[in-house]
Amino acid sequence: MTKIVADLDRCVGAGQCVLTDPDAFDQSDEDGTVVVIQDTPADDEALKRARVAVDICPSRALSLTE
Amino acid sequence: MATDGGSSVTAPVLQTTRRCPYAPPDEHTRLRDTASGISQVTLPSGQVAWALGRLEHIRAMLTDPRFSSDRQHPNFPRFTREQPAFGLMRPSMIQLDPPEHGPARKAVIGEFTVRRMAGLRPRVQQIVDEHIDAMLAGPRPADLVRALALPVPSLVICEQLGVPYRDHDFFQSHSSALLSRNVTADERQQAVKELRDYLKELIAEKAADPADDLLGRQLAQGNDPEDVLSLAFLLLIAGHETTANMISLGVVTLLERPDELVALREDPARTLPAIEELLRVYTIAEFANSRVAVEDVEMGGVTIRAGDPVLALSNAANHDPSAFDEADEIKLDRGARNHVAFGFGIHQCLGQNLARMELQIVFDTLFRRIPTLRLAAPADRLPYKNDAFIYGIHEVPVTWEDPA
Ligand code: SF4
Repeated sequence: MTKIVADLDRCVGAGQCVLTDPDAFDQSDEDGTVVVIQDTPADDEALKRARVAVDICPSRALSLTE
Repeated sequence: MATDGGSSVTAPVLQTTRRCPYAPPDEHTRLRDTASGISQVTLPSGQVAWALGRLEHIRAMLTDPRFSSDRQHPNFPRFTREQPAFGLMRPSMIQLDPPEHGPARKAVIGEFTVRRMAGLRPRVQQIVDEHIDAMLAGPRPADLVRALALPVPSLVICEQLGVPYRDHDFFQSHSSALLSRNVTADERQQAVKELRDYLKELIAEKAADPADDLLGRQLAQGNDPEDVLSLAFLLLIAGHETTANMISLGVVTLLERPDELVALREDPARTLPAIEELLRVYTIAEFANSRVAVEDVEMGGVTIRAGDPVLALSNAANHDPSAFDEADEIKLDRGARNHVAFGFGIHQCLGQNLARMELQIVFDTLFRRIPTLRLAAPADRLPYKNDAFIYGIHEVPVTWEDPA
């Protein structure tokens, strides 16, 4: 099953992932870094959004694992 | 200095003014469309730099730690003959590489999250409404830049930081001096000094009497006042003119496309994708993605040597046909967010979600409240900022009908 993985050391809090899929991503109030709230895309649409988020993330903080 | 495999060639001087508001300079497109998309150019400073024209290369460079953002590096790309003066302030996060960059950015990103920006919406809406009220009560035609585009983002960033708005004119004149290509080195230096002195005093006041605003919170977290000063300077300059220019360019573009404007007014869900497209098409901070190589890097068949200045032709790249279908067309529903208008990599614009939110509220409110809004001068005759580091329009005369 595909899983979204976030590297908090790389994240720069640009929030692009939250814009892409607010159901999967949030940002911490404290330091603005990503919080993955739904790490297993439930359907094809969610998986598509996850791929966009990985591509758009400026700091390469997001990846997908099988 | 960059060399071309040992053979010395004269690199052409890079053209930096735009002739068409909707398109990158022809020469940038030509450089992008060469076999490698990577060429050497001579900058106005006399430096010979690598110019990257393709989106793919620019995204690769901006995520590669072998390229540095250190603006104090003697080979960092420059657009003026003079060496900029350093030492007036500590470097802000945009000049820092890892590992120093991360902590500097993390100290402040909590202030700019998507959720924090949503919390600011009611206040931004109020500011926008008040400025539209004032414009409607005033003479026609009105200058949209003075009436709305400049004051809204300026007021918002001043409030957020905790800078008294009465000092807004001071910021306005100083930041345009910093962003114009037509001021002397001395004038620019003077503007930086005056802004710095002003902010220094403000921060000292806040340290003595803590306030619940961004600068106050930075001080309360125990950040060094010198670092807070650099941050304040950066955020004020970045938050002042950039969004203002996107408001002006966006309003003109939308007024020139009445059918699409109607569609937008009827369905507010179209506004955010339209903003993304406007960001791509105009790429107002087109030379902001510059770096200097600190190691040798192979890219697109050329070797960029350690110490070579590297410039991203961001505007050309945002019109790169290998990255965007019909890249030269403005398609408001394109929905492509892989552009580099806010940069890419760890330095991607911190205020991007503030900018999107402000643009969204301004466009939605303006066209809803003044459905008869129109330009009072031909769009192609407006005074575009061909002379500034940040593209935009100096003045946008608009008029409207009395409500029936
Ligand atoms: S897009 Fe990337 S850098 Fe930005 S908040 Fe999400 S994970 Fe972090």
